[in-house]
Amino acid sequence: MLRYIGKRVLYILLSLWLIVTATFFLMRFAPGNPFTSEKRLPAQIEANLKAHYGLDQPWYVQYGEYLVKIAQWDFGPSFKYKSQTVNQLIADGFQVSAVLGLMAIFIALAVGVILGTIAALKHNRWQDYGAMIIAVAGISVPSFIMATVLQYVFALQLGIFPVARWESFMHTVLPALALASTPTAFIARLTRSSMLEVLSNDYIKTARAKGLSQSSITVRHTIRNAMLPVVSYMGPLAATIITGSFVIEKIFGIPGLGSSFVLSIGNRDYTVIMGVTVFYSIILLLCVLLVDILYVLIDPRIKLTGRKESA
Amino acid sequence: MKKRIMIVLSMLLMTSLVFAACSKPTNNQPGNTGNNKGTTSERESPAQGDAGGNASQELRYNLHSEPPSLHPGLANDNVSGGVLNQILEGLTTIGKSGKPEKAIAEQIDVSDDQKVYTFKLRDAVWSNGDPVTAHDFEYAWKWVLDPANEAKYAYQLYYIEGAEQANTGKGSDDAIGINALDEKTLEVKLVNPTPFFLELTSFYTYLPINSKIAEANKNWADNAGDLYTSNGPFKLVEWSHNDKVVLLKNDSYWDKNTVKLDKITMTIVNDENTVLGMFEKNELDWAGSPIGALPTDAIPSLRDSGKLHSQAAASTYFYKFNTTEKPFNNANIRRAFAYAIDRQAIIDNVTQGGQFPATAFVPPSIFADNSKGFFADNDIDKAKGFLQKGLEELGYKDVSELPAITLSYNTSEGHQKIAQAIQDMWTKNLGVEVTLENSEWAVYIEKLHSLDYQVGRMGWIADFNDAVNFLEMFRDKDGGNNDTGWENAQFKDLLAKSSTEKDAAKRTQLLKDAEAILMDEVPVLPIYFYTNNWVVNDKLKDVFIDGLSNIYFKWAYFEA
Repeated sequence: MLRYIGKRVLYILLSLWLIVTATFFLMRFAPGNPFTSEKRLPAQIEANLKAHYGLDQPWYVQYGEYLVKIAQWDFGPSFKYKSQTVNQLIADGFQVSAVLGLMAIFIALAVGVILGTIAALKHNRWQDYGAMIIAVAGISVPSFIMATVLQYVFALQLGIFPVARWESFMHTVLPALALASTPTAFIARLTRSSMLEVLSNDYIKTARAKGLSQSSITVRHTIRNAMLPVVSYMGPLAATIITGSFVIEKIFGIPGLGSSFVLSIGNRDYTVIMGVTVFYSIILLLCVLLVDILYVLIDPRIKLTGRKESA
Repeated sequence: MKKRIMIVLSMLLMTSLVFAACSKPTNNQPGNTGNNKGTTSERESPAQGDAGGNASQELRYNLHSEPPSLHPGLANDNVSGGVLNQILEGLTTIGKSGKPEKAIAEQIDVSDDQKVYTFKLRDAVWSNGDPVTAHDFEYAWKWVLDPANEAKYAYQLYYIEGAEQANTGKGSDDAIGINALDEKTLEVKLVNPTPFFLELTSFYTYLPINSKIAEANKNWADNAGDLYTSNGPFKLVEWSHNDKVVLLKNDSYWDKNTVKLDKITMTIVNDENTVLGMFEKNELDWAGSPIGALPTDAIPSLRDSGKLHSQAAASTYFYKFNTTEKPFNNANIRRAFAYAIDRQAIIDNVTQGGQFPATAFVPPSIFADNSKGFFADNDIDKAKGFLQKGLEELGYKDVSELPAITLSYNTSEGHQKIAQAIQDMWTKNLGVEVTLENSEWAVYIEKLHSLDYQVGRMGWIADFNDAVNFLEMFRDKDGGNNDTGWENAQFKDLLAKSSTEKDAAKRTQLLKDAEAILMDEVPVLPIYFYTNNWVVNDKLKDVFIDGLSNIYFKWAYFEA
């Protein structure tokens, strides 16, 4: 097990290096630079700026220096937001995005699994159809529409929640719901289909024949086995959600990490693009690793060894 | 056993994530929120639902983005400027008359040749008690001009003798014409007589810096706190990055008796619809321009309900022609395209913000008669005549031989709608084929700068209230913001003459003549002059927005 994790960590470092390299060069190939603006700077000022940030160096020097800095977990200053370093920007933004993301994941898991389980147990009955209609709606409605509708109904019309911003618990409810809607629906569908598959297995029939109660069969034997696809979906989902959603953050005026991700590209804010990409990659790779470890805990049939990647 | 340990470990990991995530201080926590956030003196929003009685003097305003910098030398955008104009004050400031008035300067003497300005400073102090001295100005301005610093707006100071040389590394610091003669006297030497120099001294690049603090702490402007001192009507007390900026009344401001607001909370919410929603639910006292915008769709209904406030802004929305390539190297073709647009229809049906149709380039807030313009809007007969002449000159038999025209704009719904309307007008009125092309902002700007386009959209917001700010970009074809490849000897000559002309009326005439040439040759096709549109709490009075769309809360107050 430890050997396996060690090996995976090596792979993670390798992937990170590839991601850093690819992002670094793609970013430089994109037209424009951090100083592009409709009011063009006099050539000398632009040259001063480039010298200030070391952008006048040949690419291999910049690249080399950048790798060293990243290894020291120093992403440098932001080109656009002069008062913040990229490290601060990520730290501040992630604190907010992670809270929101974890709330959303909690909602998605709880509601999704319950809906899916009900649907599977009441297969082809109204509960099933009801749950699946909700799920299809949840998948088809994009989160920005969900966010706008929630905001319109519960904040603007009913006045139950504040319209926007990130201040108290009440401020977090609507964005968390909006963010959770698609994953909830997805998890419900996943749970339902894998529950149905598990329910048709012989060992469930045996359990029934032995006279075990429905609840005990569901909780002990079915849900646990049916959770595997959900768990594998959770890895990338968790990474995406806790690093923030641009759309939700924009609509609800939340100072999270998702906006930095999108806006930095438009600004050609090189250091922020790199910092946020590296950070996101680390979270993603760690989540995927975590999922693989969770697999073993849930399903004793899977063994982690250095040789085989579990699917 | 191993399994158990793993469960415990993974649960620990998850909880540590939760705790790590929860460590952000919440706003209703009183007192200090940690070093990097500055200090808060937050009271739980008492302004909420305050109706009548003793009006609370707390303003809730919104910025559409995080201020990129609150260092006056680094700021070069309207959000940073919007905060800086409340917390720092320059030698002059734009007063309620719309003209520059004495601020930190008590007395201003101008030499006969209009090239030497001597400012006598009043006894003003920074919010920590340090006196505001002539050295603070000298330090701030020379900081901007130091090529080692990353001041993008350094060229705003190029009117000063030796400034451009120092900034481009060709001259020394001492040769710059900025001299603190003593604690309270600042002498500034200019390259040319600059009639708008006192406008410039109110601009944020010319704001002072507390040199005592800045010399010792390079990062003084990064956060609110002891290092950030203010000399304006308000002082910065909290700056929670990407979240909000809080200002309190500055009791050490020299004119503090004029200031009535106690506190300004500037939240940072980007989405226009959200901001309007917050305004409607009384979470904000202001929504819309100048720092932000109202959603276009909401403007007609806000206007009908009488809630909308509008004011002309010194900015122009226009298309540029690439005059180095066929067919727009031909002035008649350009004229045909310029005359064949129904600007009023675009304003009424597309932009809907009460803008003014532009058939001149300099906004009417600078040249009043430009509201009439140099040619008639939607003059299709003339346009057809010009088109015919142009086609002949280029050797085309008729319009069908003209290759399709590409109209470029940066990706945005607003620009797209306007481009579609104009595409339709050109096709209908001139019979030309027009294709649209959009690209992401930075890519688009590069295309314009490298003349890789035919017709492209642009907007220009005045930096200072003078026509030369709009005209000088077309002086040289290689000039930074020309992008059209157009150059005209007579135009250049008129601009050169205007820069040394001391008589204000003659100078204005020279600039008007220059604009007439620009509007005859039309390397640019003006479409409309912008307006600022906003909605505001009925009780909030005397917020002042100047011609350049700078907002000032110095005089603002809530009516009981």
